[in-house]
Amino acid sequence: MELFKELISKNGLLFAFLLVGLILGASQLLSKHLFKGRIPAAAIAIIGALLLALFGADKGLANIEIFAGLAVLGGSMFRDFTVVATAMGAEIEKIKQAGLAGILSLFMGVTFSFVLGVIIAYAMGYTDVKDLTAIGAGACTYIVGPITGTAIGASSDVIALGITAGVVKTIVTTVLTPLVAKQIKLTTPHAAMVFGGLIGTTSGVTAGLAATDKELVPYGAFTATFYTGLGCLLCPSIFYYLLMQLLG
Amino acid sequence: MKIYGVALLVFCFLIGKYLGGLLAELIGISGDVGGVGFAMLLLMFANGFLKRYSWYEVQTKAGVFFWSSMYIPVIVAMAATRNVHAAISGGWTALIVGVAVTIMGFMLVPLLSKIRTTKEESDGII
Repeated sequence: MELFKELISKNGLLFAFLLVGLILGASQLLSKHLFKGRIPAAAIAIIGALLLALFGADKGLANIEIFAGLAVLGGSMFRDFTVVATAMGAEIEKIKQAGLAGILSLFMGVTFSFVLGVIIAYAMGYTDVKDLTAIGAGACTYIVGPITGTAIGASSDVIALGITAGVVKTIVTTVLTPLVAKQIKLTTPHAAMVFGGLIGTTSGVTAGLAATDKELVPYGAFTATFYTGLGCLLCPSIFYYLLMQLLG
Repeated sequence: MKIYGVALLVFCFLIGKYLGGLLAELIGISGDVGGVGFAMLLLMFANGFLKRYSWYEVQTKAGVFFWSSMYIPVIVAMAATRNVHAAISGGWTALIVGVAVTIMGFMLVPLLSKIRTTKEESDGII
């Protein structure tokens, strides 16, 4: 057993490939036999992986020593690298055509998320402008939250709350996207670009689209990748200032 | 050779990330803004360029396609390493904010998708 553990921890990344292969294989079987192909295997695998993450702590399954390699395979390096590789199948013309809608969706996505986050936080009893800004920023993505919160000097428990809201957003996006894709007409590269701009959480958008239709991934990722930057730009500056004028 | 494709992909990735880092620095935040987007654009341009001069070999392309097909496995690994506990136990405010904001985003998709750049297919020049 010691030998086995040592072998795995030395080859963590390779073991992660094996694990993911097993998860996807099991999902394929479930998709085919239990769900009769109605739920795509990728969606089952992603939801299954989220459930498995419950066995760990803050890093999900990677908190358990022998599964630590999953954090490398699922880290931002491999995520961004493989997302870029999907651009091989994307057409530049389609990105150009959705350009205006993409930019608009980015601004609307950040603004609406912030405003709605602030309104809900206010309704839940938060009145301090810094607290509200940190939570509103967290409603954008779990990266915008802490960056904004730290920049304006919000308290750490409110920053943590903002991050959590962002994590919830990522997970809800991952799970819901394949289920509602048809209803919200998320079937074209054009709509995928709008979707990426509106939702903005790169991990949620790309995971959700991967479970919906792999062809759409590069388009959604394209706009989503600008969202966090825009959020970090607007939240601690203009939005914070406006909120201060409004409530301060 | 497949390695040419992989090398090209890494080249685009690093340049894109670098540009993203520069843009972030310009704005005054740490990290990278749009790095993945820049890298994707570069790869698409490189793709068109190589195609035009027919320098692309099937094997070169296969090097890139391998990594694009690893995309879903990577996402599965990512999902398995999320802090799901925090999402569940973060209290009602975090939960309501996260869910409401996402659903609102979903509902706006069909509305904003109606906006189209009026220009029809251009001459196909990349």
